[in-house]
Amino acid sequence: MHNYTIAKLIKGLQNKEFSSVELTQHFLDRISQLNDDYNAVITVTSEQALSAAALADQRLANGDAPAMCGVPILHKDIFCTNGVRTSCGSKMLDNFVPPYDATVVENFARDGAVMLGKTNMDEFAMGSSNETSFYGPVKNPWATDSVPGGSSGGSAAAIAARLAPGATATDTGGSIRQPAALCGISGLKPTYGRVSRWGMIAFASSLDQAGPMARTAEDCAIMLNCMASFDEKDSTSVNQSVPDYTASLGNSIKGLKIGIPKEYFSEGLDRGTEIAVRKALADLEAQGAQLVKISLPNSHLSVPAYYVIAPAEASANLSRFDGVKYGYRCENPKDLQDMYCRSRTEGFGEEVQRRILIGTYCLSAGYYDAYYGKAQQVRQLIQQDFSDAFKSVDLIMGPTCPSPAFKFGAKGDDPVAMYLEDIYTIATNLAGLPGMSVPCGMVEEKPVGLQIIGNYFDEARMLNVAHQFQQITNWHNQAPEAVQ
Amino acid sequence: MTIERKEIEKLATLSRLAIDEKTIADVTGRLSSVLALVDQLQSANTESLQEISRPFHTSQRLRDDQVDETDQRDAFQAIAPQTHNGLFTVPKMIE
Repeated sequence: MHNYTIAKLIKGLQNKEFSSVELTQHFLDRISQLNDDYNAVITVTSEQALSAAALADQRLANGDAPAMCGVPILHKDIFCTNGVRTSCGSKMLDNFVPPYDATVVENFARDGAVMLGKTNMDEFAMGSSNETSFYGPVKNPWATDSVPGGSSGGSAAAIAARLAPGATATDTGGSIRQPAALCGISGLKPTYGRVSRWGMIAFASSLDQAGPMARTAEDCAIMLNCMASFDEKDSTSVNQSVPDYTASLGNSIKGLKIGIPKEYFSEGLDRGTEIAVRKALADLEAQGAQLVKISLPNSHLSVPAYYVIAPAEASANLSRFDGVKYGYRCENPKDLQDMYCRSRTEGFGEEVQRRILIGTYCLSAGYYDAYYGKAQQVRQLIQQDFSDAFKSVDLIMGPTCPSPAFKFGAKGDDPVAMYLEDIYTIATNLAGLPGMSVPCGMVEEKPVGLQIIGNYFDEARMLNVAHQFQQITNWHNQAPEAVQ
Repeated sequence: MTIERKEIEKLATLSRLAIDEKTIADVTGRLSSVLALVDQLQSANTESLQEISRPFHTSQRLRDDQVDETDQRDAFQAIAPQTHNGLFTVPKMIE
């Protein structure tokens, strides 16, 4: 059953081939047998899962089952879950048990999905390798000496290892697409505002967006149907109707114009990755899509702009962690300032502290205009590049990452080397556009991802082309040998 | 752009973080490397461009000025490090 897609599991449950309790127990058993090898799941909610599964079985029997009734999934540990620890991968929130559910979690519960537990992640979603988690790194199921990507590395590795058929994730600069690429699964970052951020622990509020991860585009469409909603509790949630993302999956892609930005195939791109991505583009061309050369001339400014805006917003968002109302408080503080300072220094890891310091620097008097103001202007240049491109193409495609999964410690002590891992994904966050990664090849037995960038709220078209690609290729069905 | 040790100390104070003597050289080096990266922004011609703080043009939605949340003091205080008689308590701050 663990090799079934969500679409197939839904059919199996509806046709009574197996019950949700059997299915849930099967995945719980797999987590218990395999998770030690990957460290992808950091909280398992067995009892809660089995009760939810029993309830789902009743609804299935009564014939009033909602869309994802009885399907087990995992939630990234950035989403607040009522009564279940929500750590955000940090010592700061190691003891944090929220008294409420995030809207995304509520939406899945409403649609009958069963939560198996919570997935590991880079601390406060700051990282591209999962090496910054307080709970230790996640290992890539395709090569356990290599990273799964980040920050949603736990969700991606869990799906690749068949510990769950789908998982929630978040993407601030590539945190859904890059781990999806490195673990050989599909992942979609929707348009900013499409999915509610309420109850999702904030990193950089103008960039953060939640999305689905699963093995196929079809499964991502099923999950997005459930996740996307207008939410009055999130002031940036967009009040726009949610289409049925599965309805257009079967559309022909004949005549579709795909923009290929020259900047995404320049220096720094691994040769094997380039070959795999170009082959995928040729496959789509053979299906009738038209490849159009385009330019995104300000691409080189994305990473610098991001590393001003994201840390600036993070330094403001993370000021709430002060040891007063929840989370970690240091032992025996001598006064209030000592409590703030030691709680934060002991509670946050190195990368989080670094980003707080950078953000504070960029926002401080005398530097605001040169850094933060300038980055916000550059953001407009990047957005303009995309809006010019979308005048002549329907979608934009290229590699998700410059290379396949790298080994633990390979990026060494230089934070900038790690930051460049997101060179192809960051621009879409700055512009608020949707982006997706689907598996499109293997290099040295490690997966490669094809990135699909769409115009605002054009997720249905992205999922359609990704689904059509998966009808003619088999990369999404591959599994690491140890987990088959 | 490199960053001076004195500036790091000021930033740490503003951020309510402590950087110990042993790691300050490392932290200074790494932050300088990040600032060298972000300095690439200075090459961009942004004359006459507005600063945008949101990914696309939407106006901030406002809610009606009405109480719409129920009192959940007990639930939130149950997860606090220290409380007393319904209040969050902190170490003494006035001598």
